[in-house]
Amino acid sequence: MWLTRPLRERSTQIFLGVLFAALAIVTFLHVAMPEDSALYVSAYTVTLLGKYLCYALLAVAVDLVWGYLGILSLGHGAFFAIGGYAMGMYLMRQIGDRGTYGDPILPDFMVFLNWQELPWYWLGFDMAWFAFIMVLLAPGLLALVFGFLAFRSRVTGVYLSIITQALTFALMLAFFRNEMGFGGNNGLTDFRDILGFNLRTDATRLGLFIATGIALAIGYVICRGIVTSKLGRVSIACRDAEARARFLGYRVDRVQLFVFVVSAMLAGVAGALYVPQVGIINPSEFSPLFSIEVVVWVALGGRATLYGAVIGAVLVNYAKTVFTGVMPDAWLFALGGLFVLVTVFLPKGIAGLLASRRKGKQDEQDTPTAPSTTEATA
Amino acid sequence: MLPRLSPPQLAFNRQDIIMSILRSLTLLLIALVSVLSLPASAQEDDPGKALLNNLAEVPASRVEEAINAIVSSGDERARGWLEAYGNNRLSRIDDTGQVVIVLNNRGRDWEIANPLTGENMGEMSRRELDRIAINNRIRGQLEGILAMLDLNATDPDVREASAQDMMGKVDASLVEPLEAQLEREENASVRNRIEEALAIYRVGEGNLEAVDVLAGSLHPRARAALNEAVRSDNPALADKAEQALASIEQKLKLNRAAETLYFGLSLGSVLVLAAIGLAITFGVMGVINMAHGELIMLGAYTTWGMQQLLPGQPGLALIFSIPAGFLVAATAGIIIERSVIQFLKGRPLETLLATFGISLILQQLVRTVISPQNRTVVTPEWMSGSLVINDALSLTLNRLYVLAFALIVFAALMMIMRKTRLGLEVRAVTQNRAMARSMGIRATRVDIMTFALGSGVAGLAGVALSQLTNVGPNLGQNYIIDSFMVVVFGGVGNLWGTLIAGLSLGTINQLLEPWAGAVLAKIIVLVFIILFIQKRPKGLFPQKGRAAEG
Amino acid sequence: MTIRKHVKLGLSALALSMSLNAAAAEDPIKVGILHSLSGTMAISETVLKDTVEMLIAKQNAEGGVLGRELEAVVVDPASNWPLFAEKARELLAQEKVDVIFGNWTSVSRKSVLPVVEELNGLLFYPVQYEGEESSENVFYTGAAPNQQAIPAVDYLMNNIGVERWVLAGTDYVYPRTTNKILETYLMDQGVAKEDIMINYTPFGHSDWQNIVSDIKRFGSAGKKTAVVSTINGDANVPFYRELGNQGISASDIPVVAFSVGEQELSGIDTGPLVGHLAAWNYFMSVDSDANYDFIDQWIEHTGNEEAVTNDPMEAHYIGFNMYIEAVKKAGTTDVDAVKDAIIGVSVPNLTGGYATMMPNHHITKPVLIGEIQDNGQFSVVWETPSTVAGDAWSDFLPGSRDLIADWRKPMFCGSFNTATGKCGASAGEMAAEEAE
Repeated sequence: MWLTRPLRERSTQIFLGVLFAALAIVTFLHVAMPEDSALYVSAYTVTLLGKYLCYALLAVAVDLVWGYLGILSLGHGAFFAIGGYAMGMYLMRQIGDRGTYGDPILPDFMVFLNWQELPWYWLGFDMAWFAFIMVLLAPGLLALVFGFLAFRSRVTGVYLSIITQALTFALMLAFFRNEMGFGGNNGLTDFRDILGFNLRTDATRLGLFIATGIALAIGYVICRGIVTSKLGRVSIACRDAEARARFLGYRVDRVQLFVFVVSAMLAGVAGALYVPQVGIINPSEFSPLFSIEVVVWVALGGRATLYGAVIGAVLVNYAKTVFTGVMPDAWLFALGGLFVLVTVFLPKGIAGLLASRRKGKQDEQDTPTAPSTTEATA
Repeated sequence: MLPRLSPPQLAFNRQDIIMSILRSLTLLLIALVSVLSLPASAQEDDPGKALLNNLAEVPASRVEEAINAIVSSGDERARGWLEAYGNNRLSRIDDTGQVVIVLNNRGRDWEIANPLTGENMGEMSRRELDRIAINNRIRGQLEGILAMLDLNATDPDVREASAQDMMGKVDASLVEPLEAQLEREENASVRNRIEEALAIYRVGEGNLEAVDVLAGSLHPRARAALNEAVRSDNPALADKAEQALASIEQKLKLNRAAETLYFGLSLGSVLVLAAIGLAITFGVMGVINMAHGELIMLGAYTTWGMQQLLPGQPGLALIFSIPAGFLVAATAGIIIERSVIQFLKGRPLETLLATFGISLILQQLVRTVISPQNRTVVTPEWMSGSLVINDALSLTLNRLYVLAFALIVFAALMMIMRKTRLGLEVRAVTQNRAMARSMGIRATRVDIMTFALGSGVAGLAGVALSQLTNVGPNLGQNYIIDSFMVVVFGGVGNLWGTLIAGLSLGTINQLLEPWAGAVLAKIIVLVFIILFIQKRPKGLFPQKGRAAEG
Repeated sequence: MTIRKHVKLGLSALALSMSLNAAAAEDPIKVGILHSLSGTMAISETVLKDTVEMLIAKQNAEGGVLGRELEAVVVDPASNWPLFAEKARELLAQEKVDVIFGNWTSVSRKSVLPVVEELNGLLFYPVQYEGEESSENVFYTGAAPNQQAIPAVDYLMNNIGVERWVLAGTDYVYPRTTNKILETYLMDQGVAKEDIMINYTPFGHSDWQNIVSDIKRFGSAGKKTAVVSTINGDANVPFYRELGNQGISASDIPVVAFSVGEQELSGIDTGPLVGHLAAWNYFMSVDSDANYDFIDQWIEHTGNEEAVTNDPMEAHYIGFNMYIEAVKKAGTTDVDAVKDAIIGVSVPNLTGGYATMMPNHHITKPVLIGEIQDNGQFSVVWETPSTVAGDAWSDFLPGSRDLIADWRKPMFCGSFNTATGKCGASAGEMAAEEAE
């Protein structure tokens, strides 16, 4: 089975081992340590780590299409945000009549703007199962339609990157409009419960953190399963020489479409887990800047390695937390410098550094090689 | 009861004012001599002092009377006082109660002058000064008074402008002097204006013939008057006004279409300017320069810097900024090319990431070095206002200049690419780098020159944009996505494509806007481009031949 | 080896002496500052951070409060709304600050609100906002709609004789709500629906040609027309420029703005804007000694002779002094005690009067209408005869007409419904939780 194959892989075992160990340690330190202990991990930190893990899952999704399919998506933030909105809508409906205006059905911002009834696309979001399906389905569907049109007409390379950017930009403008019924610039906030658990308790926060860790593990295994399967090899062929793969008889557009949709769904899940932890979803998640930033996490960590994406996401975001606290002015310099240095001097990222060190000791057998630095754009 | 433009209780006796002004003008020469010889000691019993003190002291409800008194005094300094008053420059010193004119009111210490003698009194702390309050209503009346004064000017243009100012401001007291003015007036267009101004008043009074005068007028005030007449209880008048309005509407429709087209071309020219530099670096060199927006920003900041260097000469500074903006941005471009892009040859997606990093650094650099605040860029006199085609259609001058500038830049670029050695070499390197090199072209040098050219043009765009929008650290970000859309839509590597794409996207946007609103129009345009690229992945004008495969 | 030992010894001695020092003096009062220092909002928010720092320095120079020093804890939420919630949590849970001064945009406040309520913090919010909120833990020192929008419209209607209205705003919650309130208010005053034009544009909108041309056309219908602008920040410069260039002067169609202050004008060539209006509760040009002193201090603090002050800075000035007074009154920085003590506290504002904290956590403010001058300042042309108390719940919105807020016991409720006699669900639940 393609899903179990990765579990026998050394690299996946190490990754899962490290991930679960980290989850266990954080949980232990949070629950068992007294609050004044130096080793105590506060709820604040747990949530922060949960956020990093969401970003890591998003980065894995981006790496799947960029590293193994050669599609530089500058619009994955859109799928992330749509997943987040699906979750946000569920959480909004869970508020029920505890909102400021006490309306049992309409969220506060709708009462506020004199909406008379719930728009049709909000229906069903009071049920968890429906919302959770939409978390997968909504981004997946968007990716399906967009990808179908794009891959069928062989839009590739730079053009594809730019229209993914246009996609997320257009969605951002659309979601900013209050007429859309998603709360406009204020977005969705003031969440209370998820599946009956109070979101404002530390126990729920820990639960969400662990759930995110598990989602990341599953997402990682799925991606790993795809890239080591036959489909994965074909997609790598598409990445390195699209025309040749096509001439050999592979339906390149179908492969691209499948992987693109899976990646969008993973991004959606990441968004859905992100929203209850940070407590707000607003259209700025659609901003093109955020999507490009995600690409840099992947580039820093190392493209086409998956675990590199995780390392990159966690490192950059940790640096961001530290920098914006200590010297806010320097953060953009650091981030900008990172973009330049990584692309010029570290084309294979941190994972590339690790791999080159390891290479002397043992040969990698099952790992597909990282993409060649010169890629065909036509 | 018909609403009136100026509430009746506020109107003061204008006939008196006019008469006094006329009187004062005849005395001008004598007065001028006397003011020059006025000894400082005579200030105490200067009647102007009492007039100004009166203006400063009366409650708001009686300010009109105070102004009235100043005007009817026939004092030749009245105009200066009233202008200062209208500009919020009349203040009172707290301790002595003396009324002064503030010459410079920036900062904490203000430069003041004596309104009676014109003598400069040096600087005084703002704490010691008490401004004599004025509001829009009184300012409007002051404008009317000053316009009446100007009706006697020798320059017919000034007379026409002041007659135009009178439109909609005529009331019963002004009719007689205006009619007298009409008798004397010889210039046809000034006569026209005065007639229209009078007709607007008369339509309001229910005069049927006056409707005919207004029937051909496109002036908004004339339309306003007719609109009111339509609502009047007099059926004959309402009928006639409605017919007149219908014929005006017909004319307006044409004007409106022309206006929308102009809006579209103007927005399009902005897009072309912003994108054309990108068309060179992206289209010709294959470099995706995400820092392009920040190069535009550098051009805009250069304009600001120039204006700081040449205070009081905004126009001259703007003209100097054109070469300066080009050089600054081109230099920045060369630095970017040498330090980063040359290492990323043939990896377009990596150049995207690296240049994005550069854009973040440049933005933050401007924030840290200059300021996170927007900077003030002054629009020179000759670029403000609009070119009046007729009363309903006027083209804003700053956008007209930008439109012309965009076309000139485009033409110049075409010349460079087509007619110069550099252009030839650029095209050669683009089409087949190896072949070009073996023919003795120094490809590296061509790369640098091309990138510098594209960046320099971005700088020029910045100079132009500084006249339209904010000059701040976020300037570039607002244009980068639009620029890419224009280039991709037009077809990469094709300057004509960029021009057509920019102008047509601008026009589509402006056509949609009244119907869909600003946001939706933009979304529709974006979705349109996305779908268009699916249909024609290489844009409107795809590059043909070998270069297309590169 | 010996050297290292010495260093170690020295270090531990240093640490010991430091801990002794700390024990000798009481812990400082920690003041959290939650304003964006980077990103798009940095333009507006950086000066507020500086303002609070200046106020803290001044208070410390006067000996602090309750014999304790004040200490600023500055974080940067980077104009990123989720980050606002995260940083608020960091301030309250990690840094254990006693009070937070922060936020500018509505969305950032909404993001922070659940955190401040959960961790029982104190937040002073200094910007004019859309109302429709009253939290136990938040003090709103900016204007509510009835302290800015409605008096401004009254002024235009009664003093200028405006009969036709353009409500133009950026598409987000503050303009949406303000325009909803104004629309209802105007219609109550007998303005016909076709005499009101409402228009929304996105953030940073720069191409105003069509809209200004529409406004011009709308204004030529024979009635005095005015524009009520809730256009935000950056979009204003191109808007006013287009107005000027299309020949619309303040005497034809005046624009009264609720979001354009001295800070925004400092980035504009104000020549063509002279005579357009703004409604605020404070202008830098206000003629009062308190204001002149504040400006002198500010110029000294920033070291910039050209530095301007604006309305939200005054709001922080008032909020900060209110907090100090409340701490003195309560004799402690304990959040619940301060919350009780601060209601009814009066401190001088910068316009020569007093501001009082009302039971609904809003304050009393005078409303000033100013005209833009050519030096980038406003000249006050009108002001309300007395101060106006902020209204948390608008009387002109159907959903909130019956709601009031009163954070004194026994009512202790942010949204009490006078029609049903019940406290709104959210606050009721909170009160119930507390009772447990």
